[in-house]
Amino acid sequence: MTISTNKSRPIYPGLSPDLNARSNIIVCDKGGAAAVTELFSRADTAFAKRTTILLAETLSDAEKQTVKTELSPASIEFFPTIPEGIARLREMLEAAPMGLRLYATGTEPLIGSVVQAAADYAIDHLSIRTEHRGSLMRRVQCVHCKGFIENVTTNPVTCAHCGLTLLVRDHYSRRLAAFQGVCIDAEVPGDVPPTEALYQ
Amino acid sequence: MSGSRLRRVRVAEVEQVAARIKRFRLVDIDNAPLSEFSGGSHISVVMHSGDRMMRNPYSLMGSPSDTSSYQISVLNCGADSRGGSKFMHENVAVGTELEISEPLNLFPPVKLAKKHILIAGGIGITPFMSMMNELDSLKSNFELHYGVRSLDEGAYCKYLQSRYGSRINIYRQDQGQMIPLETILGNQRLGTHMYVCGPKPMIDWSLQTAELLGWPSENVHSEQFSAPPPGKPFTVKLAKSGREITVKGHQSILEALEEHGVDAPFLCRGGACGQCETGVVACDGYIEHNDHFLTEPERVSGKKIMICMSRIQTGSITLDL
Ligand code: FES
Repeated sequence: MTISTNKSRPIYPGLSPDLNARSNIIVCDKGGAAAVTELFSRADTAFAKRTTILLAETLSDAEKQTVKTELSPASIEFFPTIPEGIARLREMLEAAPMGLRLYATGTEPLIGSVVQAAADYAIDHLSIRTEHRGSLMRRVQCVHCKGFIENVTTNPVTCAHCGLTLLVRDHYSRRLAAFQGVCIDAEVPGDVPPTEALYQ
Repeated sequence: MSGSRLRRVRVAEVEQVAARIKRFRLVDIDNAPLSEFSGGSHISVVMHSGDRMMRNPYSLMGSPSDTSSYQISVLNCGADSRGGSKFMHENVAVGTELEISEPLNLFPPVKLAKKHILIAGGIGITPFMSMMNELDSLKSNFELHYGVRSLDEGAYCKYLQSRYGSRINIYRQDQGQMIPLETILGNQRLGTHMYVCGPKPMIDWSLQTAELLGWPSENVHSEQFSAPPPGKPFTVKLAKSGREITVKGHQSILEALEEHGVDAPFLCRGGACGQCETGVVACDGYIEHNDHFLTEPERVSGKKIMICMSRIQTGSITLDL
């Protein structure tokens, strides 16, 4: 993870088990599942038994089977997309008591969506244990038209909604679960630095 | 940054509210309005007893929006303390003039919480008086669990029950009643926060119970007002100005510095906030670390001291001031 001087840029310290929690929910994608395997290796079987994993990424049946074996005895539910995984998370949080510990691991858009949803249930973002895995792609909000651009891997990036060329900043909004993109050639239109694939 | 400016107040009312607890109502010396505060705030009261200057923190208890007077409650800790509370009980009466700091809040309720569980032991009820006032007016969901030795020794039991009804739960030690904390914390909805104020063993027990039940530390809050423990006099040398100041047996380093007009940083005066952390240049005595702030390695290094609470046994200490 690149170090940023921007204070709003989230940091993901890595997963560690809270052995006292009475139940755990882990939201992850395919890449994050490897971090969950490592997390389980640092805890006992009882920890895994208390855990529900929501895996939000499209997987083949064979891949699902592998993950299931890898992560048993935790119960695991599969969702093809992040929004579908988050919808299930919300359902679970609605009924959950204190003593639940939330984990998120995978790409930043995935972790950000978990933190964003959890805030609606008054879960402090610092109490969510997070680990970044996989692509560095970002979710970006165009500060001009307010549209969201998903899976951004380059800087600058063209706004998918208003067409402006945006500088992707490290300025992050937890509420929006997005980095801020600001018009890069406002002074001299067309004066745009070369596009770099910064967030592969 | 050092403490806010002081304000002169006059004691307008004194009431014995429990066996060893008095309530004091303070008004501005010129009857000017006082500053508004938020639930959980405290002030520090400056006391001059003989040639000694002491400064103790006390929680504000009234309604946060009432700027006509402040109310504090003081438990007389008797002979085993350094004398601040005894001074308030024996030397302060209606008409006495005192100096106080502006309110400071190191124990605010978390605004976004879905529910607030307040755990108080004895005089630890005081910060919750204003906190409940505020939570009630915001229509926030809260409940108080209040442990007292007996109804005689517990302050405000009747008042609280009549004002907040079933949200107040009182547990009497003389009848063998204990706060059933595990049951209380074991059955709360997500987004609940716990706040505890009382004697240190009670705070430790509460924090530990919450942790073992899987409560994230972000949902758990505590405040402890511990007065600086007394000891033997010793000398403080200030490296920058070359001054030498004697810290008397019943004083903290911070109080001794203030008495001599040295402006040192502080906020909580209870060893919790970290504001008064001061570098130690040299020390020929043993440092008694009485704070809850420094880490164990920092203590062992002997390079830092929290001057609001900690002292040395004898000898002299040179501070980076
Ligand atoms: S003033 Fe807060 S720790 Fe000393």
